[in-house]
Amino acid sequence: MSAKGIIVGLAILLGILHQDFWNWDDPSLVFGFMPIGLFYHACFSLAAVVLWLFAIKYAWPTKLVEWAEQDEDNERINGE
Amino acid sequence: MMMPVIATSTTPLVIIAIYLGLLLALALFSTRLFRGTSTDYFVASRSIGPFMLLMSVFGTTMTAFALVGSTGKAFERGVGTYGLMASSSGLIHAACFFLIGIKLWSFGKKYGYVTQIQFFRDRFESRGFGYLLFPILVALVIPYLLIGILGAGKTIRGVTKGMFPETFTGDPAWIGSVPSWLTGLVICGVVLAYVFSGGSRAAAWANTFQTIVFMCMGLLAFYFISQKLGGLSEAIKNANPAHLVRDPSELELTGKNGPFTRHIGVPPLMFLTYMLIPLSVGMFPHLFQHWLTARSAKSFRLTVIAHPLCIMIVWVPCVLVGLWATAAFAGGIEGLGPKNKAFTGLPNQDTGAVLSLMVKFLIADPVIVGLVTAGILAAIMSSLDSQFLCLGTMFTNDIVLHGKPKGHYSDKQVIVIARGFVICIVLLTYVLSILNPQNIFDLAVWSFSGFASLTPLVFAALYWKGATKAGAFSSVIAAMGVWLYFFSLSGWGGEYTVLNGVMPVAFSFGAGALAMIAVSLASAKPSAETVNKFFPDL
Repeated sequence: MSAKGIIVGLAILLGILHQDFWNWDDPSLVFGFMPIGLFYHACFSLAAVVLWLFAIKYAWPTKLVEWAEQDEDNERINGE
Repeated sequence: MMMPVIATSTTPLVIIAIYLGLLLALALFSTRLFRGTSTDYFVASRSIGPFMLLMSVFGTTMTAFALVGSTGKAFERGVGTYGLMASSSGLIHAACFFLIGIKLWSFGKKYGYVTQIQFFRDRFESRGFGYLLFPILVALVIPYLLIGILGAGKTIRGVTKGMFPETFTGDPAWIGSVPSWLTGLVICGVVLAYVFSGGSRAAAWANTFQTIVFMCMGLLAFYFISQKLGGLSEAIKNANPAHLVRDPSELELTGKNGPFTRHIGVPPLMFLTYMLIPLSVGMFPHLFQHWLTARSAKSFRLTVIAHPLCIMIVWVPCVLVGLWATAAFAGGIEGLGPKNKAFTGLPNQDTGAVLSLMVKFLIADPVIVGLVTAGILAAIMSSLDSQFLCLGTMFTNDIVLHGKPKGHYSDKQVIVIARGFVICIVLLTYVLSILNPQNIFDLAVWSFSGFASLTPLVFAALYWKGATKAGAFSSVIAAMGVWLYFFSLSGWGGEYTVLNGVMPVAFSFGAGALAMIAVSLASAKPSAETVNKFFPDL
């Protein structure tokens, strides 16, 4: 599987993990102050950081960007 | 229940005035960098680097919701607020920046676009499509603008309660507080001043400053409130247990209009379908304009990676403060004392004032109160400026200049036209803010839902060669038709779900996607020239 495919798969997996139905009725506290439902989703945010880090590294649209940056600005302002 | 008047120092207002002065000074300094061209006014000559792009995009995305809304919703719904609105946004906002933002920036750079509509008109080979989309985008941005102005009004009202009992005697529940119309006037005036003079560049500088301010002030409030409550562990001990889980439950309370029921927790279907709402950033016209200010595509990297982290830094402390408030407003926190009985009288619909009241009554230091309030205003204004500017840009480029031959107006005339529109929009929004009493956060969700319903359009435009003009028209009409139907059922802006918690956005988004696919498959394909233009062989 390509790097892009793995990243898409991981994004879908995160989408599923976001539901965390197993924590819904759990009132326990992590570190004595943070409800586990909040702690889990804070960790989820960090997982999203890692996912997008991988996406930047392995799925960056290099060719598109080079194509876009070939020419100088050609502003559309003031008419067609 | 009427809240008693509490004598208050005017120091917070002095701090806020100093903050607004600093903001104006910074923004006016940035206008010295203004190059005097329309390109600089609209997209800062595409010169914004990674850090300023991150700060301006994050600041623009996080409006009154960031500090005020997160605390208020956690107070109302409990711990599920973070998963409902924040962690999903961290994943999906960044996905939109990566999948939509970079592509649109590339086309903007290549073909000189400064508005979304210019892109869609070319992609779908239709001038008329712009005239369909334009009023829809404007109509969806205006409620979003109102959220900011009304949010600022509520915040200042909470902080200044009892400050001027002889001057402001209107609403008995908020006697002595600065009225919302006055706060709105000041906020609109400040934002107008720097957007008018410096355009996109001034907005980017101001947003960077304001985003740093509101992130720091949020953490400052969190620290001082937690200290006042005896530390993190002590603070959470007294929170309402029903707020520590996501299971739905109900709490019977008595407000100023009699008994009422507060719905705590988040129904599973609501939690699932709420994930569609952050897709709205893919169609925000003001965010599109920020994307186009990027110096290079590399500028996006920091924004994509750090956005979920920034959300976490702001939202986790605010949600915790909202949970702690469930104890404070129930009168359950030891040491509050009789003079702070006002805590128990928070009206049901004013959860947006939770943070400012917690700061005011718990910290009770006017300097800290002023600093935190300045942070809240920073979060609000960092969205307002971009929205005002983008509407001015759209009116100028998509309506006035569209179809005119190149050189019809001089560059200076274009800037004058844009500034004129910005003034008109600020005035219109201000007048609407005085007239509109809706619950601002429910209104926000409707605005976001409308934008999210349009995302099949932008995804198809960027990733599907077969997406056609007829498909685009059908998608917008179907999505907005379904959205409008549910919006009317909600009573034009109230909280509304169907089928035990499904958010209406699931239907409007689905309708837009289905219409795009079905009609595009059945209609004439775009020309080879257009396909080659937007799907280059790389």
